Amino acid sequence: MIRYGMVIDTQLCIGCGDCVVACKTENKLPAGLNRDWVVEATRGRYPDLTTEFRSERCNHCSHATCVHTCPTGASHLWKDTNIVLVDAAKCTGCKACIAACPYDARLIMTPDGYIDKCTFCHHRVEKGEDPACVSSCPTHCMHFGILDEPSSAVSRLLASRQQKVLLDETGNQPNVYYLI
Amino acid sequence: MKRREFLKLSAILGAGTAAPGFLTGCSPPPLPGAGAVETSPTVCNICFWRCAGTVYQENGEPWKVVGNPEDLHSMGRLCTRGTGGLGSYRDPDRLRQPMLRVEQNGRQTFQPVSWDEALDFIAERMRGIAEQHGEDRLCLFSHGVGGSHFRKLMSGFGSRGYAQPSFAQCRGPRDVGFALTFGEGVGSPDRTDMEHSRCIVLIGSHLGENLHNGQVQTWIQALEKQATVITVDPRFSVAAGKSKHWLPIRPGTDMALLLAWMHVLINEGLYDADYIARYATGFEQLAAHVQPFSPEWAFLETGISAAKIRETAREMAHHAPASLVHPGRHVTWYGDDTQRSRAIAILNALLGSWGRKGGFYIQEKVDLPDYPTPEPPKPQSDWLAVVQKDFPLAPSGITNAIIDASIGPDAFFKGWFVYGTNLPYTIPDSARNLEAAAQSLDLFVVIDTMPAEITGYADVVLPECTYLERIDPIRNSPERNPSLAVSLPAFEPRHETKPAWWMAKQLAERLDLGRYFPYDDYAEVVDWQLQQVGSSLEEMQRLGVKNFPRTTPMYFTPGQSVEFFTESGKIELHSAMLARFGQDPMPVYTPPERPEPGYFHLNYGRAPAHTFGRTINNPQLFELMPENAVWVNPLVATELALNSGDYVRLKNQDGVVSNRVRVRVTERIRPDSVYIVHGFGHTDARQRLAAGRGADDNGLMTRILVDPIMGGTGMRGNFVTLVPEEYTA
Amino acid sequence: MLEELLVTVRSNPKIDPSLGVWSWEIPVYLFMGGMTAGIMLFASLMVLLAREEEFPFVARKLPLWAPIALSVGMLFLFLDLSHKLYVWRFYTSFQPSSPMSWGSWILILVYPVSILLAACTLRQGYPWLGRLVDRFAIGTAILDFSCRHRAVVAQWGLVLAVFLGFYTGILLSAFSARPFWNTGFLAPLFLVSGMSAAAALVLLGTRNEHERHTFTRIDIVLITVKLALIALLLVNLATGSGVQIEASQMVFGGEFAIPFWVFFIIPGVMLPLILEYWELKGRRRAWMFISPVLALYGGYMLRHLTVDLGQTSSYLNYVNAFDPALLDLLR
Repeated sequence: MIRYGMVIDTQLCIGCGDCVVACKTENKLPAGLNRDWVVEATRGRYPDLTTEFRSERCNHCSHATCVHTCPTGASHLWKDTNIVLVDAAKCTGCKACIAACPYDARLIMTPDGYIDKCTFCHHRVEKGEDPACVSSCPTHCMHFGILDEPSSAVSRLLASRQQKVLLDETGNQPNVYYLI
Repeated sequence: MKRREFLKLSAILGAGTAAPGFLTGCSPPPLPGAGAVETSPTVCNICFWRCAGTVYQENGEPWKVVGNPEDLHSMGRLCTRGTGGLGSYRDPDRLRQPMLRVEQNGRQTFQPVSWDEALDFIAERMRGIAEQHGEDRLCLFSHGVGGSHFRKLMSGFGSRGYAQPSFAQCRGPRDVGFALTFGEGVGSPDRTDMEHSRCIVLIGSHLGENLHNGQVQTWIQALEKQATVITVDPRFSVAAGKSKHWLPIRPGTDMALLLAWMHVLINEGLYDADYIARYATGFEQLAAHVQPFSPEWAFLETGISAAKIRETAREMAHHAPASLVHPGRHVTWYGDDTQRSRAIAILNALLGSWGRKGGFYIQEKVDLPDYPTPEPPKPQSDWLAVVQKDFPLAPSGITNAIIDASIGPDAFFKGWFVYGTNLPYTIPDSARNLEAAAQSLDLFVVIDTMPAEITGYADVVLPECTYLERIDPIRNSPERNPSLAVSLPAFEPRHETKPAWWMAKQLAERLDLGRYFPYDDYAEVVDWQLQQVGSSLEEMQRLGVKNFPRTTPMYFTPGQSVEFFTESGKIELHSAMLARFGQDPMPVYTPPERPEPGYFHLNYGRAPAHTFGRTINNPQLFELMPENAVWVNPLVATELALNSGDYVRLKNQDGVVSNRVRVRVTERIRPDSVYIVHGFGHTDARQRLAAGRGADDNGLMTRILVDPIMGGTGMRGNFVTLVPEEYTA
Repeated sequence: MLEELLVTVRSNPKIDPSLGVWSWEIPVYLFMGGMTAGIMLFASLMVLLAREEEFPFVARKLPLWAPIALSVGMLFLFLDLSHKLYVWRFYTSFQPSSPMSWGSWILILVYPVSILLAACTLRQGYPWLGRLVDRFAIGTAILDFSCRHRAVVAQWGLVLAVFLGFYTGILLSAFSARPFWNTGFLAPLFLVSGMSAAAALVLLGTRNEHERHTFTRIDIVLITVKLALIALLLVNLATGSGVQIEASQMVFGGEFAIPFWVFFIIPGVMLPLILEYWELKGRRRAWMFISPVLALYGGYMLRHLTVDLGQTSSYLNYVNAFDPALLDLLR
C-alpha cells in the first residue's frame, strides 16, 4: 500500500484560510460545506503566549474507522493507497461513517445527500500534482507526499522536526502530521 | 455540430438513461478538471498587490483562479482573497446597470438608465462645470488600476485633482518619511528584502494578517531560515506568535521605543559607522538628539523593560545590515506618523540596511513606453497649491483635504469621479463631510462593481465589470526583476457592466476629447506597448507574465558611492527641509493620550480573508469570515461579565455607537486595548451579505490626529467602551 | 489557558457544532428493533418450552407484532437515509467489519423468521386474519409450512432475537469515535430493554391473570437488570479515558441532566418498577396499563438519549470564531 500523507508546519502557518478557499473552488463545493478548516490554538496567559495554526481535514487514517464501518463499501480506499474516498453511487446516506470519524471530517453533500469528504484531491495526485490546499498555500507550510518513501519531502521533514498528529489516542493512525 | 445543439442532444440522451442509472448506480459526480478546460491570464484585482494568475473554466463554467508560477508578486500562489476572486464575479449583489439619481414623488431614488443616458448626463454636467467654474474643477478619487483611464480623461479635460485613500489614510507617512530620509519611498510592492533578512522588526504590522502576498511569502522564508523576528504590538498578532521577541507595547508609544533603540545603537557604538560616514548626514545632531532617550526612560513610556530594549537593539545590530526595521504599510496612527516613519528610516540607516542584502533592495521595472496620445492641456491652476497649501510637503492628493475643498458654494472642486473606493468606510469620520460635499458638487460620479455605501451619494453610478471580465493596463510594477503581466477577460461582462476604459473613452468622445483615446479596443494599447518591448498580446495571452533580466545591481556594491534623491544627496538623519518648513528636523516623542477608566484603545487591523470592506460581500470570502469580532482581554471580560460569542456595541469617546459585534475573549490583547478587524459593519442593504455584519472601526474614529507634514488622518487616538447588547429573542 | 478556535467558519449541517446526524428516526428504529427481538425471544421460548397453553397471549397474539414492529423500525431507518434511492446498496455487498452491514443482513434473516413465527399463530390468535390468508393457496401453504416447522422456526427465532437485540446496541458501541457509546454495556442493555418492551406489550395485551402476573414478575426482573446495566455503563464510562469521563459527566450536569433523570430514569424506569411491584402486591389494579406504557416510553427514551448523548460526546470541541449561523445566508 502507498501511504500518502500531509505534513503541515504550524510554525509557518498564518491561518489565512487559503487552503479552505482553494479546496472549495477546486472541488466545486456548495456554499456552507467544508472539507477543510483552520484552527487557532492559543496557550498561556498574557503576555506569555504561543499561538498555533492548524489547517485540518480528513486524516486519511491507516486505520480508517469510517471505511470499516461503511455497510455498503461506498467508503473505500483509492487504488492501493490510504486515500479514503466515498463512492456516491454506493452511498445510502446512513451516516455511520460520520459517526465513526473522531475528526468530524465528513459532511453530507447538499442537495444530493451522499456523504462527502476530503479526497486528498486524488484527481490531482493522479496527475502528479499536490492537493489544491497544498499547492495554494502562500506560506508553503503544507507538504504532501508518500510517507514510506524516505527521500520524499514529507519523510525528510518528519525525520528532522518535532511533530504531532491529532487524536493519536483514538488509534486511527492519522496521516496528517503537524510540525511543532 | 455546434456546442449548444450538442448539449441539447446529450440532455435528451441523459434523460433516457436516467431510469436504468438508478438501478445500476448512477455515475458519481465527475472529477474536477475532467471536462473541457480553458485558461486565460489574469492579474488579481482583489487587492492592490496585483498578483498574476490563471483563470480556469471547465465546460464553459468558471472554475478557479490560481497563481502564475512566473509571477514575482505571488510566486505562483494566490492568497486567500485571490483564490476566492471568482466570488467577485459571481456576487449576486453586483451593480448591474447604470443608475441615475432622480426625484420621484418628492423622494430621491436611483433609476436604472441606459449607458447613453448616463454618459450624456455626465458629459453635460462636465461641460457645465467647465463653463461656470473652469476645466480644472474636477477631481478623481481612485483605488485600482481602472482609475488610470479616468485620470487620462480628466487631464485631457483640464483637471488634475487626484487622490488615493492609500496615501492619506494608509501609507502616505511612510512614503514621505522615507523620502525625506533616503530620497525615495518604499514602493509597492515594498522593496523589503526579507527573504535575506536575518532580523526583522515589525512595528504594529499586520504582516500575515494582511496578505500582501509576496511580502508575506518572503517573511515566511525568513522564518524558515530561523531569522529573528522582533514584533512590537499591543496585540499578540500572528506575527508576534512567530517572533523571538514580542514587545507588548503601550499603545501610541512606539516613537519612544524607536528613539531608545537609536540611543542604544549610537551609545554602544553598534551602528554601521562606515555606512553612516559614507552615505549619511546629520549624525552628530542625531547622536546629541537621542541622548535623553535612554532605555530606562523608554521603559516608563512603553512598558518595555530597559533590558529588553537593549537586548533587541543589540540583536538588530548583530545581524546588520541584514536587519530590516519594517516600514509598515498602514501607518496613519497618531498624527506624528511621518516622524515615526522617519524614525524607522533613521533606524534602518543606522543599521545600514537601505540598499543592502536583507534590508531594502533596489527595484527595477520595465522601460515600457506609453501609448502615443497628445499632451494634455496645461491646467488653469495648480490645484495642489490651492487645496493643499497647508501641507506643502505632501507630494500626493490628500483625500480629506479635497473633501474639505469640495464643500460650500466657493469650493474649489465642483465635480467628483470616485473610482473603486468606498470613501465613507475608508476616510475616518467622513460621512458628514461627504454628505456636505454631495450637496455642494455639481457632479458626483461613482464607478464601482458593488453597491458600496459611496454609491448612495452619487448622481450617477456606473457599473464596472470585474477584473475577470476586462482587459486591464499592463502591470509593470517595480520588483526584484523587471516584469510585465497582463490581465485579459476570462468571461463576458455580466449584466450591463462595462470596463473603465470603455466608459472613459465614451465620455471623451462626448466631450470632443476622443484624441486621447485613439483606439477601438484597449487591447490595441496593450498589444502596441508589448510590441515595443519585444513581446505581443498573443505571446502574453499564453504566458501571462514575462520577466526580464535586471540591468543594474540589486544592492549597493561595497564602497559604492551613491547619490540619494534628497536635498543633500545623502541620507538625511537630520532634515534641513523639515526644519525649513517649521517641522522637527529629527523625530521627537509626544506621549499619547490615555483612555479614561472604562475605555480602551481602539485598535484595528486586517484579516487575511478580506480586503478592507470591499470583499465582505464576496460570497466565497464571506463564507470564511462573515463578521468581525472585538478582542477583549479576559480580565476585562470578567469585569464586564462578557463571554466569547456575546454581542456588544462599541461606544467611542464622543458617544458614537457601533453596530453590534461579537465578543472574542482572548489573552492575545492587552487589557487596556480592544481590537477589531477593519472593513465590517456595512449599512447599505443592497450588499445583502455584508449589511449589518460586525462593527465598523472607521465610524468610531471621530478623533482624528492630522499629520502636520503630509496631512494624513491619524486613526488611533480613539477610545471605546463596551455596551452589552440587550438580549433579544 | 487554552483558547482553541475555528478561524475559518465551519458549519457542516448536522455535524457542527456537534453531531446531529441521527435525530428521532434512528432511536425509533433501535427501539422497534429491540422490541422485535424481545417479542421473538418470548414467542420462541413459548414454543420451545411448550408453555403455549399457559401463556396464550404470548403464544398466539404477540408474534404478529414482531414483523409489524420490525417493518415500522425499518421504515424509520429508511426515512433517516439521506441518499434514499441507494438503499438497495445495503444488499449488494457484505462488509464484515461494519456492524451496520451485519445488521442489514441479520434483518434479512429476521424478517422471514418473524413472519413464519407469526404465521403459525394466525389461525388461533387472529382468526379473521387467518381466514383472509387462507383464501389464497400460497397463504395456506405458508401457514401450514410454518406450523409444520414450528420448532425449527422457534430455534432460529431465539438465536436471531438475541443477535438482533445485541446488534441494536453494538451498532452504537462500535463507534469508538463517540465516547458515550464506546462501552460494551450497550449491547446487553439494549437487549434487556427490548425484552422489557416486549414484556410491556404482553402486559398491555393479555387478559390472562397468570400470564399477567408472570410477565409482571419478568418485567420487574428485566427493569432491575436494565437499571443495573445503566449504572454499570455510567461507572464504566466514569472510570474510562478522559473523553469518556467527560461523556459520563453529561448526565450528571449540563443540558442532558434533566432529560436523563427527570424524563427518563424516573418516569421510564423507576416508576414502572414501583408500579409493577405494587401490582404484584395486588394494589392499584385499575391503573395497570400505566406501568407498561411507561416502560415502553422508557425503552424509547433510552435509545433517544443514548443516540443524543453519543453524538454530543466527542473528541473535538472546536468553537467558531464567527457566528456560523451567518452561513445560512449563502445556502
